[in-house]
Amino acid sequence: MSDMVGIVIVSHSKDIAKGTADMVRQMVGSEVKVAFCGGDPDGGLGTNVGCIMDAINDAWSPKGVAILVDLGGAETNSEMAVEMLEPARRGLVVVCNAPIVEGAVMAATEAAGGSSLEQVRAVAEELSAG
Amino acid sequence: MLETSTNGPFVTGKVRLEHAAGMHARPAVKLTKLAKRFQAQISIRASETADWINAKSVAKVMALRAARHSMIEIKAHGEDAEAAVAALVDLVAADFPEMGP
Repeated sequence: MSDMVGIVIVSHSKDIAKGTADMVRQMVGSEVKVAFCGGDPDGGLGTNVGCIMDAINDAWSPKGVAILVDLGGAETNSEMAVEMLEPARRGLVVVCNAPIVEGAVMAATEAAGGSSLEQVRAVAEELSAG
Repeated sequence: MLETSTNGPFVTGKVRLEHAAGMHARPAVKLTKLAKRFQAQISIRASETADWINAKSVAKVMALRAARHSMIEIKAHGEDAEAAVAALVDLVAADFPEMGP
């Protein structure tokens, strides 16, 4: 449904990215759009900007997209992917400062209730606030 | 066991948690999602001495760590408070069945 914030999961590992997306679909349901990317084309670890942009497009909603990342490059490449979006969409995508699995489940739960992007981000980041 | 009553501006309900694993992740997500369908302010607690927490906060509901056989108390305040408490009591009493979107 387009009236819920979409979720993008970016991990260095394709298995982690896919597994996290599976957890979200099974625990929260399929009404929230979830896209993921991870790993390099040779099957190794890595993240890349093009793949993240595709995932943002897949999960796109007029209410915005929240990205959950694991380590280092996943975050910097996600920020770069956001920078490369057209200006009108750039402000509708946020990278959450939250643990990838727990953050994704909580963000999706919040999104399923029709919350705004800022609310979804705040709920995911509640976890790292301690 | 379940009951609901009206207490001042609050509608309250009580239900025993029979889920084998207690209030773990999946039940917490279901409870939160259902709570969010209502306009009312909804709080829950898992024992009479605990602080009330916001039933619409999935992080807080998961952190309840309510064990099997805990008595879950629900209170709500607002226009649809009665329906909210009834729906949440039903969800717990029915042991968190799968819901439609």
